[in-house]
Amino acid sequence: MVKIRIRRHSLPVRIAHWVNAAAFVLLLASGLQIFNAHPALYWGQKSDFDRPWVAMTPSGSADGRLIGVTEVAGRRFDTTNLLGVSDGQARGFPAWATLPSYRSLAEGRRWHFAMAWLFAINGALYLLWTFLSGHLFRDLWPTREQSRPRHIFKDILDHARLRFPKGEEARRYNVIQKWAYLAVILVLLPLMVLTGLCMSPGFNAVAPWLVEAFGGRQSARTIHFLSASGLVLFFLVHLSLVALSGLWNNLRSMVTGRYAIEVGE
Amino acid sequence: MSGLDRRGLIAGAGAALGGLWLAGCDRLNRSPTAQALIGRGEALTYKAQRALLGGGQLAKEFAPKDVSPAFKANGTMRPRTPEYEALLASQFADWRLVVDGLVKTPLSLSLADLHAEPARSQITRHDCVEGWSCIGQWRGARLGPLLEKAGLADSARYIVFHCADRLGGEGPRGLYYESLDLADAFHPQTLLAYEMNGAPLSVPHGAPLRLRVERQLGYKHAKYVMRIEAVESFAHIAGGKGGFWEDRGYEWYAGI
Repeated sequence: MVKIRIRRHSLPVRIAHWVNAAAFVLLLASGLQIFNAHPALYWGQKSDFDRPWVAMTPSGSADGRLIGVTEVAGRRFDTTNLLGVSDGQARGFPAWATLPSYRSLAEGRRWHFAMAWLFAINGALYLLWTFLSGHLFRDLWPTREQSRPRHIFKDILDHARLRFPKGEEARRYNVIQKWAYLAVILVLLPLMVLTGLCMSPGFNAVAPWLVEAFGGRQSARTIHFLSASGLVLFFLVHLSLVALSGLWNNLRSMVTGRYAIEVGE
Repeated sequence: MSGLDRRGLIAGAGAALGGLWLAGCDRLNRSPTAQALIGRGEALTYKAQRALLGGGQLAKEFAPKDVSPAFKANGTMRPRTPEYEALLASQFADWRLVVDGLVKTPLSLSLADLHAEPARSQITRHDCVEGWSCIGQWRGARLGPLLEKAGLADSARYIVFHCADRLGGEGPRGLYYESLDLADAFHPQTLLAYEMNGAPLSVPHGAPLRLRVERQLGYKHAKYVMRIEAVESFAHIAGGKGGFWEDRGYEWYAGI
């Protein structure tokens, strides 16, 4: 076996990846700051304050301490120190999760909208490039052979055992990986931009059909939150798998483009 | 190393990292470069909104069945000034809306006068900057025809709304105020509303008169309006940013 370095990520992918990563972290933290101004979610056009779908509220306990209660679809959970109450204060998400750490809706909004431009322009250029260059269908779309149930089943088992592709197999993405990337770039990221725009009363006057397509402004806000939650889940799994499947090799490939694989002589 | 030591060390390292992260975020927030970048973003957002909303598009209007059973009131719930209390005690019989500044004919209108002006009814969604929405029915005098009646001077560029409530406490900067440019002031859905859901405007919702500017967020919809002033610039008023919340860091154009 010899180790060779293949060219894995092209320059546009690497640039788009890191711009997106920076924008994502800042959008998430400033987004949670904005959410904290009214830590509740609803479905439909308007807010039914008596029946939120999700709500994070402080509640007094018998010994006078504040407990954070998170309500989801009528079920209540004690989430003290994470949601509803942290550091003894009423807060949706805790200080470490928000930008800025202290409560400031105005500053959170300014960050969010500035980063949204970076995120949306970067994402649009990336999507255009990935489509026109052939990257999308060459590298990201599952091949026919990869889409067979047997192959998919084997891939799931390999992931569960943390067994990562080696040798020639490591030259391309595996099918679960491809699905995850496609879901992020074609569904979740565009959904963030579209539902984000639908929270703007100005944009709603310009394109009323879009907010209606999401079922109303409060639905759009809830989908914005759920889609962001999906991205956070992806982010956590992505970071774990990057670390477990060869941290330095993965990091190098996203910085210099070169990825090491072992092949038979 | 004992288990306790290790746990202490991990907790300590975690707290230190958390502290660094927080300090880093807040430091980034204070950095002049980051603030300059954000400022560019804000200018771009404003230009994009103005380009998209130049055409006078209407905000969606809803059906009576969509009206929120409990419309949340925000900001001031009741102005506690002696002047306002006196007006409220006489059910606004002595209240007058003053229209002045850069106008040819300054006006002083009673509630009855306002009821005689060209009116409009609309059921619209009110979006608070905090994130919630309520739907309500509004009826009021259209601002555009009223401004035409007063006759704007050529130099007038903004319409400032001076309110009775002191959301910011005592002092010159405590009074609530707002401002619109002429495009929004003359928009057909921009009203000086005296009725909500078929009844005279209640005190928590801004009695006797509040602004409705349907394509923008809730903080633009000034309550307890006492005086409307046409100006060339609002730089000399209070904090100079064109509104109570604008002086406190919020965007002057509240379309998003």
